Amino acid sequence: MSEPVLRRAHPALRAPFNIWDLVALAIILGIFITISHGARGTVAPLQTLSQAPISLDPWRLPEYAVRTSMRMIAAMAASLAFALGYATLAAKSRHAEMVLIPLLDILQSVPVLGFLSFTVTGFMALAPGNVVGVEFASIFAVFTSQAWNMAFSFYQSLKTLPGDLEEAANAFGLTPWQKFWRLEAPYGAPSLIWNMMMSMAGGWFFVTAAEALSVGNTTVTLPGVGSYIAAANQAQDFGAVGWAVLAMGVTIVIFDQLVFRPLVAWAEKFHMELTASSDPPTSWMLDLLRRTRLMARVGRPVGAGARWLASFRILRPLPRPAALSARGERTFDVVWLAVVVGLALVAGREIFGFIARELTWADLIQAVELACLTLLRVVVLIALASVVWTPIGVWIGLHPKVAERVQPIAQFLAAFPANLFYGPAVSLIIMGKLDPNIFLSPLMILGTQWYILFNVIAGASAYPTDLRQAAQSFGVKGWQWWRTVMTPGILPYFVTGALTASGGAWNAAMLSEVASWGAHHLRAAGLGAYIADATTKGDYPRIVLGVAVMSVFVVALNRTIWRPLYALAERRYRFA
Amino acid sequence: MPKPPEAHRLLEVQDARMAYGLNGKGPLVLDGVNVAIEEGEIVSLLGRSGSGKSSLLRIIAGLLKPTSGRAMWQDKPIAGPYPGVAMVFQSFALFPWLTVRENVELGLEAQRVPTADREKRTDDAIALIGLGGFEGAYPKELSGGMRQRVGFARALVVHPELLLMDEPFSALDVLTAETMRTDIIDLWIEGRLPIRSVLMVTHNIEEAVLMSDRILILSSNPGRIMHEMQITLPHPRNRDDPRFRQQVDEIYGRMTARIGGDRGSERGGQGFPGVGVGMSLPPVSTNELAGLMETLSGSPDGRADLPALAEELNFEVDDLFPIAETLQLMRFAEVAQGDIQLTIAGRKFADGDLEERKRLFAEHLIAYVPLAALIKRVLDERPNHRARAARFSEELEDFMSEDYAEDTLKAVVAWCRFAELFVYDEAEQTFSLEPA
Repeated sequence: MSEPVLRRAHPALRAPFNIWDLVALAIILGIFITISHGARGTVAPLQTLSQAPISLDPWRLPEYAVRTSMRMIAAMAASLAFALGYATLAAKSRHAEMVLIPLLDILQSVPVLGFLSFTVTGFMALAPGNVVGVEFASIFAVFTSQAWNMAFSFYQSLKTLPGDLEEAANAFGLTPWQKFWRLEAPYGAPSLIWNMMMSMAGGWFFVTAAEALSVGNTTVTLPGVGSYIAAANQAQDFGAVGWAVLAMGVTIVIFDQLVFRPLVAWAEKFHMELTASSDPPTSWMLDLLRRTRLMARVGRPVGAGARWLASFRILRPLPRPAALSARGERTFDVVWLAVVVGLALVAGREIFGFIARELTWADLIQAVELACLTLLRVVVLIALASVVWTPIGVWIGLHPKVAERVQPIAQFLAAFPANLFYGPAVSLIIMGKLDPNIFLSPLMILGTQWYILFNVIAGASAYPTDLRQAAQSFGVKGWQWWRTVMTPGILPYFVTGALTASGGAWNAAMLSEVASWGAHHLRAAGLGAYIADATTKGDYPRIVLGVAVMSVFVVALNRTIWRPLYALAERRYRFA
Repeated sequence: MPKPPEAHRLLEVQDARMAYGLNGKGPLVLDGVNVAIEEGEIVSLLGRSGSGKSSLLRIIAGLLKPTSGRAMWQDKPIAGPYPGVAMVFQSFALFPWLTVRENVELGLEAQRVPTADREKRTDDAIALIGLGGFEGAYPKELSGGMRQRVGFARALVVHPELLLMDEPFSALDVLTAETMRTDIIDLWIEGRLPIRSVLMVTHNIEEAVLMSDRILILSSNPGRIMHEMQITLPHPRNRDDPRFRQQVDEIYGRMTARIGGDRGSERGGQGFPGVGVGMSLPPVSTNELAGLMETLSGSPDGRADLPALAEELNFEVDDLFPIAETLQLMRFAEVAQGDIQLTIAGRKFADGDLEERKRLFAEHLIAYVPLAALIKRVLDERPNHRARAARFSEELEDFMSEDYAEDTLKAVVAWCRFAELFVYDEAEQTFSLEPA
């Protein structure tokens, strides 16, 4: 056996490539080419948009999908940077925390498209006459649908760092910079990546809505799948809608397979459990990358470089918590609080002044009434979705083989922009002469109901087998089984799902209470339609009022119903 | 490792006082503690939970600042973590996303030791501690013993002059722990550890006697150095050696002396900190109390030697002492000089049926546990016979930290539930005489 010895002695003789290299190289080059192709149109004079209107030719769809995807990627990158920075600041400074965390709670409740109404003119002013300004506005809209929950997830990770690891990091003299890369970022990674996936799913919905903008006199149509859908709806072209559904589906699958699955599989190692999980997530893409020699060669120096960067002694090692002078601390708290409250009051007066200049109390009452209508819709829809999906989810969750197949489908459906179906839905309502106040409502929950389904599936799959067997052996069946055995066991999961679905439904209200199909415009009474109308007219006082009322409703709902329910479920019904 | 002729003083703690809470006004954890560590010795800090031994170790590591007093490293005040020491953690504190090798390199990388040097030192530490072949493994793939070996290698690789160990073997099973102790002592005796002294925190008496040259026994609540002992037995030490047993017995005697020693004082004869309602109580279950009384009643005079009992029941001091002390508080047993003896009431309890036991237990709770008596009285006095738990936990927090208050209330709730004195509704967080 001399050959292996020879080979080992002359590593240069080893083939630098293997078959996996070729596959990986093809994929990566493909991605590069796609990006450079898509980037060409983003910096161009605004007239180019009107010169080349959206074409319903399905062959243009790949290009549109690339443009849409790039907006998603840009928004995701911005969200990630924001989440890391915002959360770190909030977790490290008590005074920043006092402001940033409640602020995050409010930001989370502002309807995503509400941000868009305000910012689009500002962004367009940033780059006058150029497409890039509008691109920024649509990216910003997607960003506002993605960033808040990511920031919150990373903040929570930072707040629950394992004490012993933190102590070890301090004891071995790690600087804050080193600690961030060695401890904080890895510890937060799994939950951050999970939230990125959720954000991405929600983002598809908003990116398609944010491409065809119309605020007051400004109407812009960016090339993308969203504009294609809008054009298809306008032309009442069912075939084009079908092609758009296909393009969207393919795009979502590509992102899932090439980005998120590898990320999730890779992040598995950052889980805190010290026991190996029995069924770790896998990804063919990650396996492929790991198997390639070229990747290993490129990867090693990259890894070493990252490590070198992460070990910079930036900032000094954390000094021990200084002996607190209680009085000094309290004085500073009071001053800080006074500053914050003062600023809030000034801002509040400004907003009030802005609205009050043109609007009266009657407008407020009208907005609140409409909000109550939307609330009614959300409540009924969540209840309906729960009644439908909970038993189905439980059944699926209790059959692991089925769950394995259904879970990815449910996640896929959650990512699917529901406005793809507006056109067909509207034509059905018109053909059947149905009341839009009732029959437009299901559109609100089309995209978000899946959160209930896949959370219930997850809960039922995690249900302890011994408890199920105990119930079985004591002959617990029917209603008693649901009441005492299953419902309490899946409650924490269900509440998480319903909470997400409800938040999503509010957000979708602006898109689903008004719908157009060709020349037909349908409108349901509700706060979403109110804001949408105001946006089309460029009526800023009404936009502000509508957005503010919606935020107050969402925050109030979270505080009075979801948060206590969640706390109860966590305390009482979580299997330790 | 023999002491050099002119032992050099590595570390000195002078008159350290530690109190938690703002401005150090909270409960005292350490009080007037003096410690000096010389070159070439293994010192153990032996104490029960609540003795502040871990806080003391963290003051020495520069992770905590004492409320008052000084901590000096080689005659310079300690202002934060410093390179002269390295710590081994009870929970191992390994980063699950780093391989064995990357975990070991943590401290060197933090100091940006050049790559070649770093790799060599890491190789040496891994080989020394018996981790060869495991370099690429992740902690979750290792057994508890191997994980703690990584903890040791990570500490040794930075070549600390003083190795700090925080109950390093207490999370391991008995056999693994014994192997690890022997390995560490062997390496120490052979002079192969790149360190000069060791300071270990433990609550395991035998472990302290087995490994140390010097033992500092800490009292609890607040922690004070109650006694210092030299252990001169030659290594390797044998647990069955009569001289070894005698040292262990002596420490047991000293650690229990205090329980009996305060008898008749204003504390009412228990080892628990605090007086009256403000007494901090350990979370001991009624099953443990009953179990110990039954075990004691098995011997003819209802008496047992605590070290022997601990060994028989496979308990450590932290497990056994709180049970014994609770029995003493409730006058079911008396503890003194390392012995425990059932009282007449204790014997009655052990011999009684469930009905009788509940009656006796209720009687003694009211008579000797002031908090139980207070809750009962409040419930009796109120017309609706209900009271919120916050009413009592707030009162407790005047005397002790939040955690201790929670433990205390939990203990009393468990005891009173057994005695059927009153009802506690967890969801509503209220006490009542009758279920709602």
